[in-house]
Amino acid sequence: MLAFLLRRLAVALSVVLTVSVIAFLLLHLSGDLATDLAGPEASPEQVARVRADYGLDQPLVVQYGQWLAGAVRFDFGRSFYFRESVASLIGDRLTITLKLGAIALGLALVFAIPLGALAAVKRGSWFDRAALIFCALGQAVPTFWLGLSLIIVFAVNLRWLPVSGNATWSHFVLPSVALGWYAIPAVMRLTRNGMLDVMASDYIRTARAKGLRPRTVIFKHALRNAVVPVVALAAVQFGFMLGGSIVVEAVFSLQGLGQLAWEAIARKDFPVVQAIVMLLATIYILLTFLADLLNAWLDPRIRVA
Amino acid sequence: MAPFAYGKSMMVAAAVALALPTAALPSVALANKANDTLVYASDSEPENISPYHNNLREGVIVSHLAWDTLIYRNPKTGAYEPELATAWTWIDPVTLEVSLRQGVTFQDGSPFSADDVVFTFNYVLTPEAKVVTKQNVEWMAGADKIDDHTVRIRLKGPFPAALEYLSGPTPIYPAAYFKKVGLDGFSKAPIGTGPYRVTAVENGKGVKMEKFKGYWKGSPLGDPPIGKIEFRVIPDGETRMAELMTGGVDWIWRVPKDQADQLSAVPNVTVLSAETMRVGFLQFDAAGRTAADTPMKNEKVRQAIAHAVDRQAMVKNLVGGGARVMHSACFIDQIGCTDEGVPRYDYNPDKARKLLAEAGYPNGFETDLYAYRERDYAEAVVGYLRAVGIRANLRFLKYAAMREAARAGKVPLEYQTWGSFSVNDASAFTGVWFKENEDDMSRDPKVKALLDKADTTNETAARKDLYKQALSMIAEKGYLLPLFSYPSNYAFTSDLDFTAQPDELPRFYAARWK
Repeated sequence: MLAFLLRRLAVALSVVLTVSVIAFLLLHLSGDLATDLAGPEASPEQVARVRADYGLDQPLVVQYGQWLAGAVRFDFGRSFYFRESVASLIGDRLTITLKLGAIALGLALVFAIPLGALAAVKRGSWFDRAALIFCALGQAVPTFWLGLSLIIVFAVNLRWLPVSGNATWSHFVLPSVALGWYAIPAVMRLTRNGMLDVMASDYIRTARAKGLRPRTVIFKHALRNAVVPVVALAAVQFGFMLGGSIVVEAVFSLQGLGQLAWEAIARKDFPVVQAIVMLLATIYILLTFLADLLNAWLDPRIRVA
Repeated sequence: MAPFAYGKSMMVAAAVALALPTAALPSVALANKANDTLVYASDSEPENISPYHNNLREGVIVSHLAWDTLIYRNPKTGAYEPELATAWTWIDPVTLEVSLRQGVTFQDGSPFSADDVVFTFNYVLTPEAKVVTKQNVEWMAGADKIDDHTVRIRLKGPFPAALEYLSGPTPIYPAAYFKKVGLDGFSKAPIGTGPYRVTAVENGKGVKMEKFKGYWKGSPLGDPPIGKIEFRVIPDGETRMAELMTGGVDWIWRVPKDQADQLSAVPNVTVLSAETMRVGFLQFDAAGRTAADTPMKNEKVRQAIAHAVDRQAMVKNLVGGGARVMHSACFIDQIGCTDEGVPRYDYNPDKARKLLAEAGYPNGFETDLYAYRERDYAEAVVGYLRAVGIRANLRFLKYAAMREAARAGKVPLEYQTWGSFSVNDASAFTGVWFKENEDDMSRDPKVKALLDKADTTNETAARKDLYKQALSMIAEKGYLLPLFSYPSNYAFTSDLDFTAQPDELPRFYAARWK
């Protein structure tokens, strides 16, 4: 198990490093940062000064090295735009995004697991088909469209919930639904497939043969086992959600990490974008790593794979 | 709940909700009138609230609420009136003596004096100040204190637009407070002499302000009728619209034409279309930097393009309320800008084809049209060009990328816009596009010479004549084809009495509740 753990850890670290290099290169290849930062009316001298001020005149390797040296000490530099420490800028916003992600995931699981289980139990029925169509449709709906539709229905017309901002808990309801929607189809499908596998297994047949009530068989025996891979998926989905919150936060004007990322990309605020990409990638990789460990613990065959 | 049932109930809820007449719902907008808080929303936040340290329109708005300037430009008459300065005299073409108002206090209670003016102007001229828009200040050489209520502003050279700049982007800072807290402290808790006091600057969220009770009597800005003002950052246009409809915010702007049409049907919302100083135009590679044999070098080709585009139809069908066709390379109401006697190009595709044939392109030619905003306007231009045989391919880019390409001499034809930083002087337009600097695509030394003279001539009639000559030359040679002025659509609660001005500066201190 220790060898497996170390191997996985090495892979995770190399992925983090690769992500940092790719993000760094993509940001630097997206046009001249100095020209963008200096603004539309800057003279060539001003652009040159900005280039020197921000160290953009150094070779890319040197710039990356400096960034990496800072990053390992949790120093992500200062925002080009706000001239504030990136770490403190992100710190303020991360709480909102984590809160949003947690509520969204909670909502998605509460909704998707029972539906997925029921679809499996009623395999081939109209309910099952409807659930599968719902999954396909759910995945096809763009988040911003769903967000805006929710606003039109529940905020503008019904006036049950606020449109945007993060002042109270009620402000999180619509964005959480919009974000959680994203995870529902995957969780539902996995639960359904897991349930189908489990329901076909010997111990369920035995349980049925013993004359247990169908409800007990489904919820106590089958679902408990079928839901294990869902836990791993949920972890990964949470990582996806933190990244996906960029659109949701922009639509609902939540001052979270997503909105900061969106603004930073638009302004080419390179240190902020790089730090957010790294943070999200690290969280995602960490969650995947934990999911791997969980799976390895559940199924010893994986350890040697 | 079963998915089908859920989907069905969702659909029913949506259908019911959408069918609900909005008029039947309670208007939350009244709450803000009741709280005496005007909430306005926009898509971006200034990087730093200190007016010298951002170049965003949102920053300019806050600047005029929290800080005073020496001079006030009356938006109705265009006349310069006393604000923090009570009088000003030109000692010579490069020295302006200013008498300062007595009895004015900053929002922290400290008195305003010559020291504050001298400190502000001398500070913003230092490289350490890192002022974002240098043009706003670099015409000054420095400021000297004569006595507690008199200062002299030294200029680097004759600069007729000085009063315009002193009435706009040059607010006065409290010397002692700024020196104590520095720029970082100032940007979190700023202080000015203006009609509103900033009470909170929230990163990512916005700015809160309340009426400054000690604001000096007799200001041309008047006694603001509204008690509190709040600026909210809402990045998404649709969300801003929804917030306005539900009363979450009271005022939004830059509403696209289709949304403005929708909003005008909403009860309790007023939509206003007003002209701005921004002008859309086509610019040609007349200097031949893209290729030595580029058709754009040919005067007749440029004139043909000018005849090919139906600007009036574009204004009527695309641009909408408040816009006007422009004929000169500036915004027509700017001081020094004129289109009298300046050659005009009517819409005449036949003449365009004839000119193209004369230029040696009877079958037209292929070119690239670069654009960065209002894709539909650029596409309309492409359509007009194709109708006369010029096969233009639209290259739609981000502003920075387009500017980079244009400055590198890679753009044959460009759809540009310019808002002159709201400076009500022709030099703010022509100076950028025709003075042989990096954005000048024609590089005509004769035009530059005329503009240089016009920009530094203090005598108004002579100055206007010089601009007229330069603008006529630009039009005649077809260096730039002005299309139209841009309108801006504002939408706000019907409870609000609000007037818009072409300089795109909403004056909330003059707004009132009905």
